Amino acid sequence: MANQSQAVKRKSLGKEIRKHLPIYLMIAPGFIYMLINNYFPLPGLMLAFKRFKYSLGIWGSTWNGISNLKFLFRSPDSWIIIRNTLCYNLVFIVLGTVFSIAVAILLNEVRSKRKQQVYQTFILIPYLLSYVIVSYIVYALLGGDNGMINNQILRPLGYAGISWYTQAQYWPFILVIVQLWKSFGYCSIIYFASVIGIDRTFYEAAVVDGASPWQQITHITLPLLKPVIITLTLLSIGRILYSDFGLFYQVPMNSGMLFSATNTIDTFVYRGLLETNDIGRASAAGFIQSVLGFVLVLTSNAVVRKVEKENALF
Amino acid sequence: MELYGKKINIIANAVFCILALSCLLPLLLLVISSFTSEKILAQNGYSFFPAEFGLDAYQYLWNTRAQLLRAYEMTIVVTVIGTLGSLLVTTLFAYGLSRKTLPGRYILSFMIFFTMLFNGGIIPSYLMWTQVFHVKDTLWALILPNLLMSGFSVIVMRTYFATSIPSEILEAATLDGAGEWRMLIRIVLPLSKPILSTIALLSGLAYWNDWINGLYYLVKRTDLYTIQNFLNRLMSSTDFLMNSATNSAISAGIRVPSIGIRMAIAVIAIIPIMIIYPFLQQGFVKGIVIGSVKG
Repeated sequence: MANQSQAVKRKSLGKEIRKHLPIYLMIAPGFIYMLINNYFPLPGLMLAFKRFKYSLGIWGSTWNGISNLKFLFRSPDSWIIIRNTLCYNLVFIVLGTVFSIAVAILLNEVRSKRKQQVYQTFILIPYLLSYVIVSYIVYALLGGDNGMINNQILRPLGYAGISWYTQAQYWPFILVIVQLWKSFGYCSIIYFASVIGIDRTFYEAAVVDGASPWQQITHITLPLLKPVIITLTLLSIGRILYSDFGLFYQVPMNSGMLFSATNTIDTFVYRGLLETNDIGRASAAGFIQSVLGFVLVLTSNAVVRKVEKENALF
Repeated sequence: MELYGKKINIIANAVFCILALSCLLPLLLLVISSFTSEKILAQNGYSFFPAEFGLDAYQYLWNTRAQLLRAYEMTIVVTVIGTLGSLLVTTLFAYGLSRKTLPGRYILSFMIFFTMLFNGGIIPSYLMWTQVFHVKDTLWALILPNLLMSGFSVIVMRTYFATSIPSEILEAATLDGAGEWRMLIRIVLPLSKPILSTIALLSGLAYWNDWINGLYYLVKRTDLYTIQNFLNRLMSSTDFLMNSATNSAISAGIRVPSIGIRMAIAVIAIIPIMIIYPFLQQGFVKGIVIGSVKG
């Protein structure tokens, strides 16, 4: 009896699959691309525990235990790249969130809808530029001999020009400003979409009760934005071990004298792979990034699920 | 209370004028610098108010235009092929996943979602594309790795198909004997123009702006450089400009206006974006908002 119903079920599943054949055909290209682009490389993570030789390939190279990891953590680079990646991301998350929300709330205070749209258009411009273009802009400002800041501002005021691309101490500020400049428009628009979704009657009631604009923001707008803030912050925390390669490689023009302030896991992995041929340490760093990054996404999501289930991502 | 509102409106407008300027002025510096005469650039550096305008950079670029035009052509080819391919693959995949009766759709959806949580990183990916698929120094290198389909856009699109297209329409069409492909092309796609244009826009921007694939995979074939790769290479060495296609110019004794030329090429690279952006601005904003809603 059980066998029979199972047979029927299997038969009907087969029928269902045959019926959906055209759909599977549609899915096929994307599915194959996903397998190739996202799943085939995964076994490559074991390179972190191998002594890689191009001639032997990923599978043929010999295992060497955790010596890549040991080698990585014995070098001062490991501390620098982890510190830089984490600290920059933390600053980006905090400043970016605060600034973008402020901009979104302020944009909502602009009365004219037309002007709102114009402002949105302008603040989104930096988001459209590639980091190559951004690095040219930064170079126009900071270039040692030709830069605007040295030539038009510092020297006329009687200061000596600063050799920006060789002095690491300025770069934490420069990179934070550049990142904020490039991304605030994008984030503000996300928050703005939530702000305009808030029911106007809340504010009308608050005004009747004599609430000041500041109180309206802290008691109505911010609490109602909480789900979006949590979701976006969660996404950023999940990616806290990842850095924008363009920002840290291109904008400082790959200048070796700035590495203490600009080297992150991503630039370190790139240089190990293509510039210094140090695949052992690079793949160890990449392995940590992938695995720890995955753990971080799961953890931060689990934390949010505990606190407020409906804000969790999955 | 009205007074508050008015005051805040004025403050908000003032702040946004400053923000808008801060977004625009750096670009303006790029443009003005590119139109400054090379002599002044060498003396005074980049400036908003150059002592003398000049077309040195553009003139030089025009005289040696072959290389630049080639890079431009590559950018357009890559952007067009990439965007169309990306749209095709993403739409078909997302539509399939949106069909509620499809056996195996949960596992497929999970697989695509999982790609957003976990990835092997650049080294395994680089080794696969170069050692297994040999994309190094081919056009494929600019189109295939990473850019063609993102799990994120598949999920956004699947959600759109599943929620915005009434299943009654699809059922009615099935009863009328419409095949799956016909249904997709005649019914679903016309109803999905907003999401299609959004995904196309984001994908087009990604291809136009991409320089990382070129950095990784184009080693010898500098003739495949897109304009972004070209600029990237130019940043690390102005020599690149001098010892590639422009040798003839050097031997002909033309001095390379190396300070202005960087800015001129950067300007040329962003002109198309700046021209079409105002028309597509609403699309971008919509795309960002749709993208931020969880899939």
